[in-house]
Amino acid sequence: MSVETILQLVISSTLVYSAPLIFTALGGTFSERAGIVNVGLEGTMIMGAFAGVVFNLSFADQFGHATPWLGLVAGAVIGLIFSLIHAIATVTLRADHIVSGTVMNLMAPALGVYIIKLMYGKGQTSMISQNFGYWNVPGLSKIPFIGPILFTKTSSTAWVAIFIAFVAYWLLYKTRFGLRLRSVGENPQAADTLGLKVYTLRYAGVLISGVLGGIGGALFAQSIAGNFSASTIVGQGYMSMAAMIFGRWNPIGAMGAALFFGFSQSMAIVGAQLPVINQIPAVYLQVAPYVLTILILVIFFAKSKAPAADGINYIKSV
Amino acid sequence: MNKINSYSTGLVAALAVFFGLLVGAIIMLVSGFNPVTGYISLIQSALGSSLNIGEVLRAMTPLVLTAAGFLVAQSAGFFNIGLSGQVWVGWIASTWFVLANQGMNPWILIPVAVIIGALGGAIMGFIPGWLRAQFGASEVITTIMLNYIALYGGNAIVQGLPNKMMATTDMTKTLDASDSLRWDFLSNLTGGSRLNIGFLIALIALLAIWFVMKRTTLGFEIRAVGLNPNAARYAGMSAKRNAITAMTISGLLAGLAGATEGLGTYLNIFSQSAAPQVGYDGMAVALLASGSFLGIIFAGFLFSVLSVGGLGMPLATGVPTELVSVVTASIIFFIGANYLIRLILVKLDEDDSKDKGKQKKHKTTKADQKEAK
Amino acid sequence: MADEPIVLEMHNIVKQFGDFRANDEINLQVRRGQIHALLGENGAGKSTLMNQLSGLLQPTSGDILINGQKITVDSPAKAAELGIGMVHQHFMLMDAFTVTENIILGSEPVNGMKLDIKKASQDIKKLSEKYRLDVNPDALAGDISVGMQQRVEILKTLYRGADILIFDEPTAVLTPQEIDELMVIMRHLALEGKSIILITHKLDEIKAVADQVTVIRRGKSIDSFPVAGVSSQELADIMVGRSVSLYATEKSAARPKETVISLDHVTVKDSRGLTAVKDLSLDIRAGEVVGLAGIDGNGQSELISAMTGLMPTVSGKIMLNGKNIANKKPRQITEAGVSHIPEDRQRYGLELDMTLAENIALQTYYKRPLSKHGVLDYEEINKHARDLITKFDVRTVNELVPASSLSGGNQQKAIIARELDRNADFIIAAQPTRGLDVGAIEYIHQQLIYQRNANKAVLLVSFELDEILNVADRIAVISHGEITGIVNANETTKNELGLLMAGMSLDDARAQLAGE
Repeated sequence: MSVETILQLVISSTLVYSAPLIFTALGGTFSERAGIVNVGLEGTMIMGAFAGVVFNLSFADQFGHATPWLGLVAGAVIGLIFSLIHAIATVTLRADHIVSGTVMNLMAPALGVYIIKLMYGKGQTSMISQNFGYWNVPGLSKIPFIGPILFTKTSSTAWVAIFIAFVAYWLLYKTRFGLRLRSVGENPQAADTLGLKVYTLRYAGVLISGVLGGIGGALFAQSIAGNFSASTIVGQGYMSMAAMIFGRWNPIGAMGAALFFGFSQSMAIVGAQLPVINQIPAVYLQVAPYVLTILILVIFFAKSKAPAADGINYIKSV
Repeated sequence: MNKINSYSTGLVAALAVFFGLLVGAIIMLVSGFNPVTGYISLIQSALGSSLNIGEVLRAMTPLVLTAAGFLVAQSAGFFNIGLSGQVWVGWIASTWFVLANQGMNPWILIPVAVIIGALGGAIMGFIPGWLRAQFGASEVITTIMLNYIALYGGNAIVQGLPNKMMATTDMTKTLDASDSLRWDFLSNLTGGSRLNIGFLIALIALLAIWFVMKRTTLGFEIRAVGLNPNAARYAGMSAKRNAITAMTISGLLAGLAGATEGLGTYLNIFSQSAAPQVGYDGMAVALLASGSFLGIIFAGFLFSVLSVGGLGMPLATGVPTELVSVVTASIIFFIGANYLIRLILVKLDEDDSKDKGKQKKHKTTKADQKEAK
Repeated sequence: MADEPIVLEMHNIVKQFGDFRANDEINLQVRRGQIHALLGENGAGKSTLMNQLSGLLQPTSGDILINGQKITVDSPAKAAELGIGMVHQHFMLMDAFTVTENIILGSEPVNGMKLDIKKASQDIKKLSEKYRLDVNPDALAGDISVGMQQRVEILKTLYRGADILIFDEPTAVLTPQEIDELMVIMRHLALEGKSIILITHKLDEIKAVADQVTVIRRGKSIDSFPVAGVSSQELADIMVGRSVSLYATEKSAARPKETVISLDHVTVKDSRGLTAVKDLSLDIRAGEVVGLAGIDGNGQSELISAMTGLMPTVSGKIMLNGKNIANKKPRQITEAGVSHIPEDRQRYGLELDMTLAENIALQTYYKRPLSKHGVLDYEEINKHARDLITKFDVRTVNELVPASSLSGGNQQKAIIARELDRNADFIIAAQPTRGLDVGAIEYIHQQLIYQRNANKAVLLVSFELDEILNVADRIAVISHGEITGIVNANETTKNELGLLMAGMSLDDARAQLAGE
């Protein structure tokens, strides 16, 4: 294998595996910037995956190649609805954020498989016919050396995800909405005294995370897993959450961390094709992303700073 | 507005169960099933025969242990989502020990194997406790990650066991009943169910852990650290040491649960597609029990009825088993969002007092004070 | 002044919380350009009244009139619209935001979707020049001084066009000199036509700056009158509703004996690794109260933490009865004979969700008779608690209620009972009366004096100069982690202490005061 092919393989698979994590980690960033801890990202991704696969299986004949993209929309819608549970529980009903997030993670696979069983008579769907394939970036793929490595047979959705990360940064740090959203995560009482709608803003943060987490799940299912079952999403939501922390609750940082996790996840899959790495027993590559997550938390958690009121319910006085 | 906190946790938990079952009923209704026959088939599958009741108590065994483990960690202010991985490690360690020491006197072999399982879980609990105490790494995330590490690492270990222990590539041979926690007396009592000595271990462990947490200086310190680490430190307690101790005990109980799974229920090890569900269910049991050790018995029984009964639902009525997990999750939702239930109770009380005048105003507060003691 | 129009009128305001009536037909009239003091003890209902004006609470009944128009203030946004602004006691700032972001939040200038930070900066600059409120617009709010944070709070209200400014206990965190500056700012605002409501329980502030005072006691407005010609004693009596002794807890002259605790060149770093206490030396003897005066954040907390083992001592020795306790564990220090009444009673002093009895046992639960072989004896724990509850007059239903159900004063009494019952040689009392009413304050001051008379060494750390002057025999002033001067309480003045608190040496301070 030439260096160019190896790089091409590693980079394109990294991008494929990163894209769902980037979307979901960005979602987590919005939620936690608004002060709502979202352990439920895992469940949100599961519901997104469910929606994406069901949509894909149902409408592939009608929409052809556009199906997986519309599947993302389906994932976004279901993610939004599902995250409403978390928003109502934490913002309106004062539930502990971790308990509520855990409810989402318990609920999502059960609900997903329940419906799948009713629809298809079995606990696991067939494989979808319309996948996110590989894509050559027009123009850029013609650049010598860099073109083939970065922009040939690559993941279009990953580039969309990276673009959205920058949009998210702009939204959070340069707009009125972003300033207000962050203010309810820092000091909701102060925001309240300035007449801001604390509850509405917190709902907005959670719902945005539902949309992005739903997209992340639908993307994972339609680009990597190919079907839906209880074990389609195995920790990617949690990993996205870790990426958000590693990225210090900043969209660009979260994206960078998600790329790193995508890389370590892809190693377990493409490692077998790579020299040296194929010598490592599979189980080590399999657990590597999880071990790395812990190591990164240990090294960075103490130093990084969560929004001041993250995880703290705000109770308006009457 | 103080009234809102005046209702007893038992009442709130009972209503959460009611609402959770209601959600299940609505889902059955929407998906074209009759909820009444659905729930009847569930109860029949769970409690319809002495065999089924035995299986319910058998299913309760690991739930009681993991729930007690969750509660200990929660008392110290931690959310131990790693019970699953801790169970899995305890299961593998204890069962492997028996497989590897065939022929040893069972009166030594089994107790040692149970202890090894508990220690395996304890180590898995110690790690996140130490990471939290030493580096401030959130145990919520580290325990989840450790679940996956335990899952894949454990599967690799099982698949890598010597051939003479294996029945297939993914499954070990089955233990002899004499080399296990099975006890004919219990099994015969319950129509040949898999109920085993693990159930008694669970009840004794629950009692012991209640005593430790409520009546010893160690428990006092763990509770103080969990409620207010600053004040605990001020009073000369070591927040770090207590955090690690609590997480280790929590893992120990989960490891014990794993030992009862391997040595009592399944009598072998087989590779898993996800970390054992009893870890998550134990967490749900503990949350429903709302901090009460006695509550763990009730909640554990309820969730065992649901999970055993749920297995019988598809055959009898066609309702997929997963409905039970939806109900479980819903119950925990209402426990988490107990503010909603309390609001409803306040509303009901107000309507009530409008009708009857203000006769029984302080009844609930008295009940609550008793609980506080 | 009396001819200026009435801009605000609150008429028969009632605010009911369940069975508790926090405001009981309160009346208040404020004129344009007036500085109107609202005087009352902690818990008298001042803040509740003002929260109804700033839109955080709604009155149960009664009317609010602005410029003669009856209005409802149903939200903070509405209050801002009506020209009412509140400078909160606990600053309402986002530490992670810049000063500019803090000021504009909620009424941000935008350019399309984008924030117009340039325009915001210009507007803020204009305002800060007009009202002489010096701030650094690009600094993070968490990084600037307390004085500047307060100016940011004031600018926040002005930026929203407030004409009526409410200052809630604004001087609690300031030095005497900073207080003087604030008084100047307030007078300047009044001259520009702004009306100011000053919530306070400090009498000399009212004397210094207010035109009119309204007194509130137990939820009722008692009286309203011009400040000119009223003495502090009269104000105090009317505030409390009985004759109070203003500055004199009765005490005989101190008869200090041997040195109990000796700080020897102690250096401590704060949680961020910055030096908080620098090479500090101080002796405290048996039978005396040493007051540690200083502005919040000058190393007091770190010094106490080092003395109690909650923070490491970087260098130097802390000798207790001849033994070095520096860098010992908290429990070793407690057992060596140190009692500590912590500054934040709810955060450090109590396990709010545990029973009162358990809280009283918090330092001794592991010893006989409260426990044996690691097993707690709740009968003994509860009996021990009942004894102390009686001895220290803690008002509670019984010893089995959670500590959170007690009032602030009784929570503090419980802590004091626990700490003094151990009969330690050295007692650290940090902010022991913060937020308490006059009765509880008197009680606590007496307890400290009793301890002194019983030959204990007492360190009283307080931001309130009145308290220090009242209780302490000697006063050490701390500024930027260093002792700037040690003076006898009966030989110093507030002005002198203020200069020391601002970092001046004793010689310079005396020279400056002599020159004036």
